[in-house]
Amino acid sequence: MRIIPSEKIENAVYELAKNACLHLTPACIHALQTAKAQEAPDSAAAFALDTLLKNAQTAADENMAVCQDTGYAVVLAEIGQDVHIEGKFFNDAICDGVRNAYRDFYFRKSICDPLTRVNTADNTPAAIHTELVSGDQIRLTFLPKGFGSENMSRLYMLTPAKGVNGILDSIVETVRLAGSKPCPPVYVGVGIGGTFDTCAFLAKKALTRDVGSRHPRADVADIETKALERINALHIGAQGFGGNTTALAVACEIAPTHIAGLPLAVNIQCHCVRCEKITL
Amino acid sequence: MKKITLPLTEEIIESLHAGESVLLSGPLLTARDCAHKRICEFLDRNEPLPFSFAGETIYYAGPCPAPPGKACGSCGPTTSARMDSFAPRLLRCGLKGMIGKGERDESVCDAIRQTHAVYFAAIGGAGALYGNAIRKSELVAFPDLLSEAVYRFEVVDFPCIVAIDCHGDSIY
Repeated sequence: MRIIPSEKIENAVYELAKNACLHLTPACIHALQTAKAQEAPDSAAAFALDTLLKNAQTAADENMAVCQDTGYAVVLAEIGQDVHIEGKFFNDAICDGVRNAYRDFYFRKSICDPLTRVNTADNTPAAIHTELVSGDQIRLTFLPKGFGSENMSRLYMLTPAKGVNGILDSIVETVRLAGSKPCPPVYVGVGIGGTFDTCAFLAKKALTRDVGSRHPRADVADIETKALERINALHIGAQGFGGNTTALAVACEIAPTHIAGLPLAVNIQCHCVRCEKITL
Repeated sequence: MKKITLPLTEEIIESLHAGESVLLSGPLLTARDCAHKRICEFLDRNEPLPFSFAGETIYYAGPCPAPPGKACGSCGPTTSARMDSFAPRLLRCGLKGMIGKGERDESVCDAIRQTHAVYFAAIGGAGALYGNAIRKSELVAFPDLLSEAVYRFEVVDFPCIVAIDCHGDSIY
């Protein structure tokens, strides 16, 4: 058994939140540069992509959040079963890390009661997903999730007969209906299989993969490739101004499902892909 | 790029065409979801608003708090479509310009044409760049709404695209 003090978790979350909100991931910057090279230099899409790359630089130079929507603090925690956490309750340690980082680095507090709309004023609670794994380490992933794109996400309970074509049609439909609203070019996270709830989680988990990474299973990677081709044929383009890149990438995660169903969740992430990871 | 000084005049609005990129400088008001709801509640009750938006340009935005030495934190546009149910009413009460991101519904496009106004698209996600172009920020109304409160900004060279113009043309 390995003892990990809660303070170490709290401090790690603090640093992850800071670094995530101030920077785009290197894979995201690379994808934006590639997208810019594929547009006519005087097009509105090129103007948008160029502005986004300049913005990433300004954020780094000025220590400002890349996007003002510093998001719902989504934390994925893989906890080794041989770990004993000493000190605070695990969820409190995470929320304290979020609270302190959002205060100290002047990030926006965006969390409110769904009915009264009263803001919690410290960006907590975080959305915490814990998974028990083997080993004696804790792996934390921090994803500040903006809601312009979250709002455009969809969940389908397809019939098994719909198969791969039904999956592709639904992914493309989600992006088409979202249009310019989620800040394209988007990153599309897809959960295939599981149950109503687990496929939504898989879609979120897919968004923590590097932009442009491929699923190890060939048939899943094939869905990623085909979906991306069809999405970019929509020509919604950067910011909906028209153009060749409507999505930077599609990432799918998969889980066994029931013989009667084919759950599919499509979670949209804007072009502002911010994600930080650490292993304790 | 065409430089525009706010507030918008009839001549400026007439000269703007969908698709052209512009740099905006001058005063802006911010308002997003909750502030729009409140403004319309004031109008419903026939009560005077704590500020006037006639002739103004509203920026759909909810900024990050200002770090030391800055007028404002990161402050890019939010999705305009969520304001579509309020915008025609504000336009008929004298609002002249809107800045946000993404397409608008038919009722907003019609109201823009009928009231001779304009909708600019700012680049969604470029929060640091826009925050840096805000030189002054002053709280105007609804402080309890925190980042959703109404602020008056002074901006310099705010990069935007004319998205829907008064002639009925749209970039989307």
